[in-house]
Amino acid sequence: MIGEPGTNGDAGYRRRKITDAIFRWLCGGAVVLALVPLASVLYYVTYRGIGGVDLDFFTSLPKPVGETGGGMGNALSGTLVLVGMACLIGIPIGVLAGVFLAEFPGSRFSTVVRFSADVMSGIPSITVGIFAYAVVVLPMGRFSAIAGSIALAVIMLPTVTRTTEELLRLVPGTLREAALGLGVSKWRATLWIVLRTAAPGIITGVMLAIARVGGESAPLLFTAFNNRFWSQGIDQPIASLPVQIYTYAVSPFEDWHRQAWAAAFVLVALVLLLNVTAKVLVRNPVRGK
Amino acid sequence: MGPTSDLSLIRRQPRILRRLGREVNPGDLVFRALTSLFAATVIVVLGAMAVQMWRASGKSLAHFGLGFIVGTDWDPVRDSYGALPFIFGTVVSSLLALVIAVPVAFGVAIALTELAPVKLRAPLGFLIELLAAVPSVVYGLWGIFALAPFMRDHVEPFLAATLGFLPFFQGPYQGYGMLAGATVLAIMILPTIASVSREVLRAVPDVLREGAMGLGATRWEALRDVVLPFARTGLLGAVILGLGRALGETMAVTMIIGNRSEISASLFAPSYTMASVIANEFTEATGDLYLSALAEIGLLLFFVTLLLNVIARLLVWRVARPTGAR
Repeated sequence: MIGEPGTNGDAGYRRRKITDAIFRWLCGGAVVLALVPLASVLYYVTYRGIGGVDLDFFTSLPKPVGETGGGMGNALSGTLVLVGMACLIGIPIGVLAGVFLAEFPGSRFSTVVRFSADVMSGIPSITVGIFAYAVVVLPMGRFSAIAGSIALAVIMLPTVTRTTEELLRLVPGTLREAALGLGVSKWRATLWIVLRTAAPGIITGVMLAIARVGGESAPLLFTAFNNRFWSQGIDQPIASLPVQIYTYAVSPFEDWHRQAWAAAFVLVALVLLLNVTAKVLVRNPVRGK
Repeated sequence: MGPTSDLSLIRRQPRILRRLGREVNPGDLVFRALTSLFAATVIVVLGAMAVQMWRASGKSLAHFGLGFIVGTDWDPVRDSYGALPFIFGTVVSSLLALVIAVPVAFGVAIALTELAPVKLRAPLGFLIELLAAVPSVVYGLWGIFALAPFMRDHVEPFLAATLGFLPFFQGPYQGYGMLAGATVLAIMILPTIASVSREVLRAVPDVLREGAMGLGATRWEALRDVVLPFARTGLLGAVILGLGRALGETMAVTMIIGNRSEISASLFAPSYTMASVIANEFTEATGDLYLSALAEIGLLLFFVTLLLNVIARLLVWRVARPTGAR
C-alpha cells in the first residue's frame, strides 16, 4: 500500500510518483477525449447547417420530392406547439409534486414518490410513446398533437418534480421560520415566500426540461406523427423539428440532407441557448443567497 | 397556542379542528392534500405505463409465450414474431457502449472532482453535460454523415489489420453497423455516467482523502485505497444507469446501426435493436398481432430498464442520498 520513507527508498518513491503522473494524464486525457465528439458535432452542424438557414427555412412549407427549396416553418411551429402544450400539462403537476416532496418529506409516501420520479426519468422515451399511443391515439382513432404533448409531458414530469424539490430545499430554513413565526400559515409561506425565493432556480430546471423534450423524436413518431402542412388543430397530426430531421436524414435526397442539417443547426442552437441561459441563471438559484 | 388578539394573523380554529386537539390551519390541510395528489400522479403515471404496455402486448404474450424471447423469426407477412435478434442487438450494442464509455466517464469524473484546478471544474463539467443536451436525432444525423464514413475509412480497416484474426473484426467495412451504433451510444451515455459518478465521488468525505494524503499517499494511492472503496457501490449504480440509458436509446441508434435483424459475430455487420424496430415499424404495423408483438418488445424494454433503474438508484442512494439535511 502506502510506502514508508526510509524502507522503500528513492526507487520506490520515484515509481509511485510516476504511477501518479500516469494516472493524472489518463484522467486529463479522458476529459479531452470526451469533448472531441461534442466539438465534432458542433462543427458539423454549424459547417453544414448554417448555409441552409434562410428566411424560407422559417416561413415555408416543405416542397414535394424532387423540387428543391422549401422550408420547415410547419415543423418549427409544430415543435413550439408540442412543447408549449407539454409545459402546460407537465409544469404545474411537476412543480406541485416537487413542493409536496420538499415541504412534507420523511413520510413513506414521499420517499416512494421521490424514488418513482428518479426511476421514471430513466424509462426510455420510446416506451413513453407506446404509452401515449395506447392511452390517447387508440381511443381517439388518429395521431394528434395532443397525444405528442402528453408523451412529452410525461417525459418532463420527473425532471421538473425533482428540480423543484431540490431547489426548495436550498431556501434557508430561517426564511420559512420567520414567516411561520409571524403567524403566516404554512401554505401561504410556501407559495408566497419559499416558492418565490426559489423561482429563478425552478425556472432554470424547467428550461433544461424544455431543452430535453424539444429534441425528442422517438416518442413523437407514433403520437404526433408528422404533417407536411401547417397544423390543422391539436386533434390532428403535427410536424416537429426532430421528426422532420429524422425523415430527411434517412431519405436519399441531397436537398433534404441539406435541410436536415439546417434544421439540426437551428435545433442545436435553441437547445444550447436554453442550456447556457439556464447556466447563467443558476449562479443565483435562490434569491438573496 | 398562538396569540388570540385581534392582531393575530392566525385565524380562529374551527370547532372540528379544535376538537382534534391540534392547531391546524384548514388551508394547510387543503394544501397538503392537493400537493400530495399531484405527487401521487408520478406514481400513478408510472403504474399506468406498466398496465397499458401489458395490455397492449396481451395478444402477443398469449400467442407466443416465452418463445417470443428466443424466436429468431420476424416475419409480418406470416405473422410470426421472435425478438431474439433485436434483444441480441440491444444487449451487445449497450454492453459495447459501456466498454467504451465507462473508462472515459470515470476518468472525467475523477479529473473533475479530484484533479482539475477548482476554477476549471464547473466549466468543464458544463461542457460534458452539453454532450447530453444534444438531441438524439442530431447524433443520428452526425452518425450518418460524419461517424459512419470515418468508421468505414479509418477505424474499421485499422481494427481489421491489427485484430482481424478475431471473429469480431472480420467482414466488409460498411461504416453502418454494430460498432458505429455502439460508439454513438457510448458518446450519449458518457455524460450520464460521468455526472452521477461525480456526484458519488463528491459525497466521499474530504477527511478521508486528507487523511490518506497526510499519511504520504499520492493522489492515485488515496483514490485507489480510500476513495474508490468508499464510492464503489455508487459508481456501480452510475454504470447501471448508463446501461439503462443505452438499452432504451432509440433515434441515433436506429439511424446508424443498419437495421438488419441478423445475429452476427462481427462488429462491422449491421444489427437491429429493440427500440429501433419499434421506431421503424410501429406506425406501419397493420395487423393486431404485429402491433402487439411490437408492444411486447416495448414491454420488455420497459421492465428491464425499470429494474435496472431501481437497482441503480438504490446503489447511488446508498452513497449520495438526495435527501440531505436542510
